[in-house]
Amino acid sequence: MTLAEVPTRIVYSRPEVLDKRVTHYCPGCTHGVAHRLVAEVLEEMGEVENAIGVASVGCSVFIYNYFNIDFVEAAHGRAPAMATGIKRLLPDRTVFTYQGDGDLASIGMGEIVGAASRGEKITVIFLNNANYGMTGGQMAPTTLPGQKTTSSPYGKDAARFGKPFRIEDAYSGFDMGYLARGALVGAANINRAKKMIRKAFEKHMDNQGLCYVELLSPCPTNWNLAPLKAKDFLLEEMTKHFPLGEFKGGDAK
Amino acid sequence: MPAKGYIEVNELYCKACELCVTDCPYGVLALDMERLTSKGYHPAHMVQPEACTGCGICAVVCPDAAITVYRYERQKGEA
Repeated sequence: MTLAEVPTRIVYSRPEVLDKRVTHYCPGCTHGVAHRLVAEVLEEMGEVENAIGVASVGCSVFIYNYFNIDFVEAAHGRAPAMATGIKRLLPDRTVFTYQGDGDLASIGMGEIVGAASRGEKITVIFLNNANYGMTGGQMAPTTLPGQKTTSSPYGKDAARFGKPFRIEDAYSGFDMGYLARGALVGAANINRAKKMIRKAFEKHMDNQGLCYVELLSPCPTNWNLAPLKAKDFLLEEMTKHFPLGEFKGGDAK
Repeated sequence: MPAKGYIEVNELYCKACELCVTDCPYGVLALDMERLTSKGYHPAHMVQPEACTGCGICAVVCPDAAITVYRYERQKGEA
């Protein structure tokens, strides 16, 4: 029997929730991985028809083009506020926001803190790539100390501009459904991140309050590193400041 | 050992980031430096198809969901 005659089965294919169009993301950017994981989780949970996404401003501003689900675009940083309104009017729907770190941790800090303190029953997918990717790689609250960006060409001075913003410290007093941080490089990390997203959506369905998953992503273009070096930088440097794991609502309580 | 699976790379989506090439545990993949996709990237392709186990790690790490993974369904005793 030749190889061509052996029957085959598909073990992995592109999720149908993802649109057929090609994303505008740079090579090596893992926004696409985050999109795919969200798409897979929604497909597995049978929530495709029920889901409403709220897009943010940043590199992920065109996310509504890449998903075949309901999506609305919020003003910069205001996705949690918009999601709050949608969820309160349509409490049966699965409402999630997809935000970058310039959007969530900087301009939209007030909205996310407000949503967390009110315990809004939404899911937040937060993609952290340590800079403002869309506008050309400026310094963000999540930029690492010493990291060179276009607005900190000599490296970020932590004494002047602060340490990287860590959500688990800032939100330690709030009652949240789920709070976890994963990374989007390497198959093991990606599978773990998918479980986190799944758990966040499950707790969201149980109305357990704000469910929040932070995903560390490389930004090869603005870090001025090739995709493989950016991956190493993320695993070696970024995880020192942003430890991976579950902080609230995990199994290890 | 005969291949246990194979992959197909959709060259519309492949952006030559090489993440699948380095994450493949069996060294099956490489960029095809002799061809360009319509977007101008060298697409990933299989250079050692006999080593592929169909594990799917390349598809998991692919940021553009370009890879479809197939596994051969052999009966026991077949080569």
